[in-house]
Amino acid sequence: MGSTVATSVIDVSKTFGQDKDQVTALDRVSVDIRENEFFTLLGPSGCGKTTLLRLIAGFEHPSGGKILLHGEEISHLPPFKRPVNTVFQSYALFPHITVSENIGFGLSMQDKPANEIKETVAAMLKLVQMESLADRRTDQISGGQQQRVALARALAPHPKVLLLDEPLSALDYKLRKEMQIELKTLQHETGITFIFVTHDQEEALTMSDRVAVMNQGRILQVGTPKEIYDHPAERFVADFIGDTNFLAADLNQSDNGRMMVTLPGGRTVETTQSDFPGAGKVNITIRPEQASLINGPSAADLSGTINNVVYSGNDTHVHVMLESDEPFVVRVQNRGAQSAQWESGQAVGIKLEPGSVQVLQD
Amino acid sequence: MNSSAPGRQLSSVERVALKRESRRNILLCTPAMIVLFFAASGPLLVMLVYSFLTPGDYGGVVYKLSSDGWFRVFFHQDIFDETVSVASAHLSIFWRSIKLSLLTTIAALILGFPTAYFIATRPVKSRNFWLFLVTIPFWTNLLIRTFAIMELIRNRGLVNNVLMKFGVIEQPIQMLYTDFAIMLGMTYVYLPLMILPLYASMEKLDFRLIEAGYDLYANRFRVLRKVIIPLVKPGIVAGSILVFIPSLGAFVTPRVLGGGKNMMLGNLIELQFGQGRNWPLGAALSISLLLIVMVAMLLYVKNMQKNKGEQN
Repeated sequence: MGSTVATSVIDVSKTFGQDKDQVTALDRVSVDIRENEFFTLLGPSGCGKTTLLRLIAGFEHPSGGKILLHGEEISHLPPFKRPVNTVFQSYALFPHITVSENIGFGLSMQDKPANEIKETVAAMLKLVQMESLADRRTDQISGGQQQRVALARALAPHPKVLLLDEPLSALDYKLRKEMQIELKTLQHETGITFIFVTHDQEEALTMSDRVAVMNQGRILQVGTPKEIYDHPAERFVADFIGDTNFLAADLNQSDNGRMMVTLPGGRTVETTQSDFPGAGKVNITIRPEQASLINGPSAADLSGTINNVVYSGNDTHVHVMLESDEPFVVRVQNRGAQSAQWESGQAVGIKLEPGSVQVLQD
Repeated sequence: MNSSAPGRQLSSVERVALKRESRRNILLCTPAMIVLFFAASGPLLVMLVYSFLTPGDYGGVVYKLSSDGWFRVFFHQDIFDETVSVASAHLSIFWRSIKLSLLTTIAALILGFPTAYFIATRPVKSRNFWLFLVTIPFWTNLLIRTFAIMELIRNRGLVNNVLMKFGVIEQPIQMLYTDFAIMLGMTYVYLPLMILPLYASMEKLDFRLIEAGYDLYANRFRVLRKVIIPLVKPGIVAGSILVFIPSLGAFVTPRVLGGGKNMMLGNLIELQFGQGRNWPLGAALSISLLLIVMVAMLLYVKNMQKNKGEQN
């Protein structure tokens, strides 16, 4: 896998409306997307992820900053002059032509010779396993099939970058799972850079090489799914991706130069993190599965009283009210009788796994 | 396969429900059917019968079978030596009517398409306002509007006066009493009938399809030709029919703006029922007009079916 940059977004801003009604959709966003990478823009609705995608596609033009494709500026080009194709959220298949004509549309607009179009369309139909439905109208096929056609249509002109705008959101759960794997495989096979937009954190974690978490028009953190999950930089990132606990703590440098976090209740744990907001009052986050419950406070890092036990199949979420009056959730795997021993009103201790304390930037 | 996908099989319960509903809907439109039958078919039948009768001396008809009315549609018989020649005056009026109606339809399409597109791309709230503006001309009587156009384009009218004042022309341009004037008037009168159905189909247009077109390397012109026009075709067709057919039978506009010389079919027919006192000829001309419209529609439907066949 090469590490050359496919798309550079440099200091890009986008505002809509004027004067009083002005809305900032993107606020000086910069990110480099590498070649052959499955890159995901993740965030809640309205965070600017779709706007960023539309700017790269060319449907909108940035209010500030620029966008490079393989080093060449494309910010001023109309969409039909950018070697970039989009898979739309609603698929946007042309209803007046057949499946094959849809797939060949981009190539015929590029004035490719007829036999080349025919060959590529056949190859694309094979790639997405739609050969038998080639001559159907697009309103005569199912949602999952439409999704495949949309993908084939966007891949047929062999774009340098493929943009995917929440393409799986209209599919039901099982089909979505299947398509996630298929998309990932397809990205590998074609070697095309995928920029994928989603609000589904699970989807982002399973499919991506790297994820950019966005909120309120800014990119908060870029990293591999593991980096984002294990080392969230900000409270929003930690909260948006997976379940987590937040606590107020103190950060101090010990005599031998190690960074120590003092938990509510007085226990101190070491942190191996290198990026600190500075000593003093900090917020920390601890994932529910990286803590365990023990009887009695003796060996515990935190202690409190159970106020709720929620069974959820795979595991049980035990809600504990700490002595510092902060809520804390521990996830206990449902193996044997492990979870059955905990019940409401019980006083418990919480033991943290080494390295589970993550100090946040904000 | 996704169960909510379009094109799936209907269950038997749904089919029964649909059948029942369509039966009820037929009942709902019965009153309109009755009115249409008596108001449209009745007069037509009268016309058909009249076209085969003998003209009365002071208008009206005498109940005596004759093919004279139909004969005179196409042939002219000299009053003195009784030589028969082709009724070239009638044929040229037929031709002018078809030509002017076609040109009017094209002009209305060229003017109406961007207008409808403009309205359909406004925010939902302001669309009604623009549609309202389109319908304003309907508030005034057709005759008055036509005279207003006459006032604008006559030799001493506003257009010529302004052009002469600024020295663009020295002599007034003869616009009134020309085919151009008729076309201008008809385009003006029937333009809303083009805009409204065009708007109706553009409003339903999924504008993401246009973005998809741009994304797939189609420039503006090609998006128009390959995406927008095929998708709003029903609107183009409906608008063209709504403009072409009334243009073909137009009567007030060619009378006022075309003068006595540039007659269209409507005027010719009116002449036979009035000064001409030849009701059978008028009736035969009317039926001929109807036949032209029917043939045009038939050709059109055939063409549509052929296109559909190619698509599937």
